[in-house]
Amino acid sequence: MLPIYTYLIFSVLKPLLFLLKSSVFVQQVINGLTVGGVYALIALGYTMVYGILELINFAHGEIYMLGAYLGIIFLGFFTAIGLTSFSLPLSLFLAFILSIIFCSSYGYTMEKIAYKPLRNAPRLSPLISAIGVSIFLQNYVMLTQGATDKVFPHIVENAGLEIGGVSVTYIQLFIITVSVLMMLSLHIFITRTRMGKAMRAVAQDKTMASLVGINIDTVISVTFVIGSGLAAVAGLMVASYYGLVNYSIGYIAGIKAFTAAVLGGIGSIPGAMFGGIFLGLIESLSAAYISPEYKDAYAFIILIIILLIKPSGLFGKSQEEKV
Amino acid sequence: MYLLEVRDLTKHFGGIRAIEEVRFRAREGSITSVIGPNGAGKTTLFNCLTGITRPTKGVVSFLNNEITGIKPDKAVKLGISRTFQNIRLFREMSVLENVMVSQHCRTRSGLLSAIIKNKAFKNEEQAIREKALEYLELVGLENYSDTVSGNLPYGSQKRLEIARAVATEPRLILLDEPTAGMNPQETAEMMGLIRKLRELGKTVILIEHDMKVVMGISENIVVLDHGVKIAEGTPEEIKRNPLVIEAYLGKEH
Amino acid sequence: MAESGIQNSKFKIQDSKPGKIHSPFFIALWLSLLFLPFKGIKAASILFVSLLLLLFIFRAFSGYAKILMDKLNAMRESIIERFKAVYAGSEASGMIAYSLLFVFLFAIPFFAKDYFIDVLILAGIYIILAQGLNIVVGFAGLLNLGFVAFYAIGAYSYALLNTKLGIGFWPALPLSLALVTLSGFVLAVPALRLKGDYLAIVTLGFGEIVRLVFNNWDSLTKGPNGIGGIEPPHLFEMHVSRLSHYYYFILFFVVLTVFIIRRVKASRIGRAWLAIREDEIAAASIGINTISYKLYAFAFGAFWAGLAGVLFAAKMQFVSPESFTFMESVLILCMVILGGLGSIPGIILGSVILVMLPEMLREVQLYRMIALGSGLVLLMIFRPQGIFGGKSVSSGG
Repeated sequence: MLPIYTYLIFSVLKPLLFLLKSSVFVQQVINGLTVGGVYALIALGYTMVYGILELINFAHGEIYMLGAYLGIIFLGFFTAIGLTSFSLPLSLFLAFILSIIFCSSYGYTMEKIAYKPLRNAPRLSPLISAIGVSIFLQNYVMLTQGATDKVFPHIVENAGLEIGGVSVTYIQLFIITVSVLMMLSLHIFITRTRMGKAMRAVAQDKTMASLVGINIDTVISVTFVIGSGLAAVAGLMVASYYGLVNYSIGYIAGIKAFTAAVLGGIGSIPGAMFGGIFLGLIESLSAAYISPEYKDAYAFIILIIILLIKPSGLFGKSQEEKV
Repeated sequence: MYLLEVRDLTKHFGGIRAIEEVRFRAREGSITSVIGPNGAGKTTLFNCLTGITRPTKGVVSFLNNEITGIKPDKAVKLGISRTFQNIRLFREMSVLENVMVSQHCRTRSGLLSAIIKNKAFKNEEQAIREKALEYLELVGLENYSDTVSGNLPYGSQKRLEIARAVATEPRLILLDEPTAGMNPQETAEMMGLIRKLRELGKTVILIEHDMKVVMGISENIVVLDHGVKIAEGTPEEIKRNPLVIEAYLGKEH
Repeated sequence: MAESGIQNSKFKIQDSKPGKIHSPFFIALWLSLLFLPFKGIKAASILFVSLLLLLFIFRAFSGYAKILMDKLNAMRESIIERFKAVYAGSEASGMIAYSLLFVFLFAIPFFAKDYFIDVLILAGIYIILAQGLNIVVGFAGLLNLGFVAFYAIGAYSYALLNTKLGIGFWPALPLSLALVTLSGFVLAVPALRLKGDYLAIVTLGFGEIVRLVFNNWDSLTKGPNGIGGIEPPHLFEMHVSRLSHYYYFILFFVVLTVFIIRRVKASRIGRAWLAIREDEIAAASIGINTISYKLYAFAFGAFWAGLAGVLFAAKMQFVSPESFTFMESVLILCMVILGGLGSIPGIILGSVILVMLPEMLREVQLYRMIALGSGLVLLMIFRPQGIFGGKSVSSGG
C-alpha cells in the first residue's frame, strides 16, 4: 500500500513543486503584487467611506480615473514648458501632488453636492446618486479629453532588474513601495492622530461622536479627501505602468477595488489592504495558469465564493440585527 | 395540558450569557408574564421561542413536539406568533393589508390561480378580507382599514400589531411589552384586549414592566434576572418572594 | 427598516447647526478651477461666467422656482387623482378609458413614422424589462444591479436555439424562458444569504460574469462579433418582420406583462413580497418563508427579463455582448426609480420617458449621458420617490 500512497502524493506534489520553482510563478506574483497594491489603495477609499457613511461610493473608481488623466495632463503641461527636461523627478513629484490636490477636491465636491443632501435619505438613494456621479464623471472626461486612449508620456524608462528569468521593472518596484508607504502612513494617521481617532469614533457611533464634540461633517469631508488622494496616487501609478488610460478604466478598477474591500470585510482598513493584494495575486495567477480571457471575471467569482462561505467578508464582523 | 414547555434554554452571544438554563411551562389558555429588569434576557427568550435566534442549548417543545431552533415561519405555521417591543409594522402598507398579509400561512392560492383569478382564488381573497376586518374589529381599528399603517398613532400601531399576530391564527401569542409607552386608559384597554385573547382560547405570554398589568392579568409569572430564572409563581407568591424584591430594589432593602 | 430609521434620527442632530452658505461667486470659481486642467483656461473662464450667471439667476428666481415646483406638483397630483378615479371609479368609466387608450395604441402605426414606431418598439421591450426589475427591487426590495444578465441570457438563448439548432420562435420561447428562470434561481440561491449592499454587488458581479462569458466563448457565441441572422417570429405562416406588425406583436406582450404582474401584485404572493420589503424580520414572524419568496421574486423578475431578451433578439435579428453592459442595468434601474418603485403605471411612464428622451435629444447626443448622470443625482435629491411616488428607495436588504 505504502508505495501507492507515496506515488499518489508525489504525483500531486510534483507539478506543484515545479510550479513554485518556475520563474513564471514568481513573475506572476510580482505582477500580482503591483496590481494588488493599486487595488488596495482604491479599496481603502471605498472602505473608509463605507465605514463612516455605510455608502458604496460608486463614483470612487472615477476619481482614480481622474487621477490618471490629471497625471497625464500635468506631465504634458510640464513637458510643454520644459520642466521635465529640467528635472524629471521634480515634475513627477509635482504631477503627483497636483493630481492628489485635484482629486481630493473632486472627492470633496462630490460629497457636498451628491451625498450630503441625502444623508437622512433611505439607504438606496445615495447609492443611486453615486451611480449618477459615476456616469457624469465618465462622460465629463470623455467629452473634454476625447473617447480614444490617452498615452502616458514616455518620460520614465521601462527599465528594470532581471533576476533568474524574473524581470521587475522600476515602475513595479515604485508602485509596490509607494503602495506600502501610503498604507503605512494611513495606518499611522488613523491610529495616532486626533483626526484619525475622530474618524474611528464616527464610524462606530455618530451620535456619541457628535455629542463629544466631533464635527461629523468635517470628518466625512476628510474621509473623502483622503480616499480620493489615495485613488489619485493609484491612478497616476497605473497610468505610468500600463502607459495608456481611457475614460472607462474607473468603472472596472472601481468594481474590483470594491470587491477587494468586500473580500477583506468592508469597513475594515487592514481588510482592504489585504483584500487588494489578495485580489491582485489571484487575478494574475489565474490569468497565467487558467485563462487570461476571463481575467476580469475571477474577481467576481472569488467574491461570490468568499461571501458564500463568510457573508461578512474575511475580516468583517458579522452583525445580527437587533429585534 | 401544557402548550409550551421550555427546558434549560440557554443563549450565549459570544461571551455574553443572554439567558442561562431557563425552564418554565405555559398551560393552554393561560396568561403568563415574563418580568425582570432591563437586560434580563426577556426579548432573547422570545426570540429563541419564535425562531428568530437559535438557542445555544436547551429544548423548546410546543404541543409535546420539540421545536428547538425552528425557522420563524415554521413556528407561525405551528401556531406561535408574536409582537415586537419596538413596533415592526409594514409601515407603507395599509392597516387592512397588514392584517391580510398575516393570513399568508393559512392560505394557499398560487401564482397561476392569481393570474387567471379562478373561483377558488376569488373566494380565498374574499375570506382573507373578511377575516382581516374581523381582526381589526377585535382591536378596534375597523374604521382605519385604509390608513397607511405608519401614519397611525402609537397606541393604535401597538394594537394593529396584535391584530396582525392574531391573524396568523396562533394558539400561543407572545406580546413584547404591549403597554409600553401607553397612558393609563390605553393600558386598561390593552389589558382588556389581552383578556379577550384568552377568551378566544389563545395562550398568552407577555413581557411587561407595568406591575399593575402583570399582577392584574397573569396566572403565572416568570422572573428573569441576568438571564437566569430567579422565581416563578402566582402574582401573590411573586409579590412576597425576597429574591424578586432584591432583584428589583437591590440588596440593601 | 427600523434600525436605519433610528440611524436617520441620530443624523438629524447635527442638522440643526446652521450650514455655511457659499456665495455663487465662490461656487462658480471652485467648479471652474476643478474644470480647468481638463479643457484649458478659455473653457474654464466660459464655464465660470455661465455658472455665475446661472447661479445668480437661480438665486433671484428661487422664490418663483418654488412656486413653479408647487404648481407642477399640484398638476401631477391631479393627474394621479384622475388616474385613481379611473381605476377605482365605476367599471364603465374605467372601461371607456382603457378602450380609448387601446384604440390610440392600436392606431399609432397608421399615422406615425417608421422611426417613431421603432422607438416605441424599443420602449415596449424596456417596459417589460423594467416591470421585471420592479418585481425584484420595487416589490421585494432586493437591489439587483446585474439585472441585464437575465436579459442577455434570454436574448442569447433564443439566438443560439434559433441559429444553431434551427428552432423557431414559438418553440424557442418557452425553452428560453425556462432557462432564464432557472438562471434566476441559480443566482438567487447564493445571493439571498446576503444583505443590502453585498447583495447589490454580487448581482453586479453576476451580470459582469454573464457578459464576459458571452464575450469570450468564441466557439459558441462568436464573441464580440455577436450572432446574426436570427429569425424574426412568425405568426400563422407569416413572418412578423414589418415594423408595424412587430409593433403589435410587442404591444401584445407588454399588455400581457402588465396584466399578469398586476394580478400577482394583488395576490397573497404580491403582499408577501411587499411585507418582506417593508420589514423582513416581521415578515418572517407572521409566517412568510422569506427565503423562498425572495427566490420567487428573483426568478419571476428574471422571467420577464428573459422575455424582453427573446423579443429583443427577434427584433434586432442580431445579438452581441455590447447590448448587455452594466450601463444597461443602470438604465433599467433608472426607469424603475424614475417611475416610482413598486408603481406599475409609473414604471411604464419611466421607461417610455427614458427611451424617448435620448431620441428627442439627438442633436445634443454627446451630452445625454452627462444629463442622465446629473439627472439621477437631482432626482435622488429632489424627488427620490419618482414620478408616481410609489415608494422612495429603501434599504436594499
